[in-house]
Amino acid sequence: MKLKNPKDFWSGIMFASFGLAFAIIVKYYEYPMGSASRMGAGYFPFVLGCVMAVLGFIIIAQSLVTTGTPISKFAWRPLIWVLSAFVIFGLTAKWLGLVIAIVLLVMISAYGGHEFKLKESLISSAILAAGSIAVFVYGLKLPFPIWPEFFG
Amino acid sequence: MDLLIANLSLGFGVALTLNNLMYCLIGCLLGTLIGVLPGIGPVATIAMLLPATFTLPPESSLIMLAGIYYGAQYGGSTTAILINIPGESSSVVTALDGYQMARQGRAGPALATAALGSFFAGTVATILLAVAAPPLAQLAFKFGPAEYFSLMTLGLIAAVVLAHGSVIKAIAMIVLGLLLGLVGTDVNSGMARFSFGVPELSDGIGFVAVAMGVFGLAEIMKNLEQNEEEREVFLAKVTNLWPSKQDFKDATPAVLRGTALGSLLGILPGGGAVLASFAAYTLEKKIAKDSSKFGKGDIRGVASPESANNAAAQTSFIPLLTLGIPPNPVMALMVGAMIIQGIQPGPQVMTERPQLFWGMIASMWIGNLMLVVLNLPLIGMWIKLLTVPYRLLYPAILVFCAIGVYSLSNSPFDVVITALFGFLGYLFVKLECEPAPLLLGFILGPMMEENLRRAMLLSRGDATVFLTRPLSGTLLVVALLLLVIILLPAIRKKREEAFQEE
Repeated sequence: MKLKNPKDFWSGIMFASFGLAFAIIVKYYEYPMGSASRMGAGYFPFVLGCVMAVLGFIIIAQSLVTTGTPISKFAWRPLIWVLSAFVIFGLTAKWLGLVIAIVLLVMISAYGGHEFKLKESLISSAILAAGSIAVFVYGLKLPFPIWPEFFG
Repeated sequence: MDLLIANLSLGFGVALTLNNLMYCLIGCLLGTLIGVLPGIGPVATIAMLLPATFTLPPESSLIMLAGIYYGAQYGGSTTAILINIPGESSSVVTALDGYQMARQGRAGPALATAALGSFFAGTVATILLAVAAPPLAQLAFKFGPAEYFSLMTLGLIAAVVLAHGSVIKAIAMIVLGLLLGLVGTDVNSGMARFSFGVPELSDGIGFVAVAMGVFGLAEIMKNLEQNEEEREVFLAKVTNLWPSKQDFKDATPAVLRGTALGSLLGILPGGGAVLASFAAYTLEKKIAKDSSKFGKGDIRGVASPESANNAAAQTSFIPLLTLGIPPNPVMALMVGAMIIQGIQPGPQVMTERPQLFWGMIASMWIGNLMLVVLNLPLIGMWIKLLTVPYRLLYPAILVFCAIGVYSLSNSPFDVVITALFGFLGYLFVKLECEPAPLLLGFILGPMMEENLRRAMLLSRGDATVFLTRPLSGTLLVVALLLLVIILLPAIRKKREEAFQEE
């Protein structure tokens, strides 16, 4: 069967699964529900989770009788490079210092763009690293190491 | 009246210190900068800069963040007029007539009208804020938990009505936001919820991470999908800045209407600068005797929406400062900024921290003045910036985002969470789910639960309390009416049409 309104269909699936997940977690981990007058930690999230699951199912049902535009293709290249560049910065900032972390972030994320020019990215990462250190480390005194730990 | 003057002079006393003037200027300049640059909005920028403001005193930090928001309204119009690229979504309609004016060699008057109209609107809205805030805050003191719960419900529903796209999806986004907001330690029982033993999660998900992921990273990835088109900078020498007599005659009533409409729409939940500019443009077209000139360089098409978006940017602070309830995502971030500074937003801000409250209001007027003075001479510089290709721009934006998020807790944790929300935000874009309601729900989630619990405790579990208390009942009925109205087929069609022009 071909979906007539894939955007809504998958949004519905997304909402329903989030809703169910929250509701099930409340039950599985036995968050106390309490009573209406003394609500426990699980009461409000459980109700909201159920509400969202219901909304999700309504959206799914609606999507079967309406027509919509197809979902445009996922651009995996920028998605993967930008997000991984971001995470890699997080993992390396303390260990390798701000300079290397910024160079990595700029180079990897630039690679996710349409055209990647090595020289250009190297220059811009150098400028950004120098600028960030001036502003954030010396200016705002954020506690970032500039160089790798093992450099001393 | 005397009180007002006393309050305002207190405010100016705070805002006119050298330090705060500087932060106001920085905020305005940054705001203009991001206003000029397409593809990065005030939400992402404020999220990005929040960590940098932690160390500032509360007054300075909020003055600067506010400056970013209204500064962006000025910057967005510059590029809309000169190169037909609205830097902000609130300037989309300005481009329609503004760019045509520029092509006819009247870029100068268009820019001047936009700036002067914005300044006038900003002044009126600031006065309105100063006058309307104290009585509203008085009213807010009468609110019990039931009223707060109902007010938040109304606010969230209104946000859905005024947002574009599917109503039910927007409601689902709100609920998702509320749920995500509940992650972390339950304040009543001290129990960690949805944290799965991860210690960082028991403090909750940081709203900076959510905002930056959903609004910042997702936006960048969306932009990278499209092929970069060469931006043609249409910069006929901006000569003859001053509008003609006829321009003044045409623009003045439009500015007045835009200011009135914008001030009103800014206060409404879900309103704000974007909605105001669209509504103002539509209104001008509707009431003009000869509407054929619109889209072909009519000065009213610049004057009205530009005044409206600036007025709205200003008045949207009213619900935030008096009720503690953010009407749009930018204000939601301001709530976050206040909480980080140890200030609980709400009516008590005005009485407990008058220097903060009035200082911020005064700074808005000063900021508007700075923007008028600075904006016109600096146009050349802003335009130069636009020649920087996006492939160089976005890694730089990422660097600032990454440093900002990392310094929240000095650990990779928030960076990873931001990346996750970046992915989620991209998914929302693909599925056409508007992210703004999610952020509102996220901020309001814990407050709503808290007030619901208290109200139910006070009423001994009787849920009818929300309807039987007159104020709370009225608010809920209004919320219900809004929902019913929007679901009526006829209105629904109208609403879709209204958002078509986007």
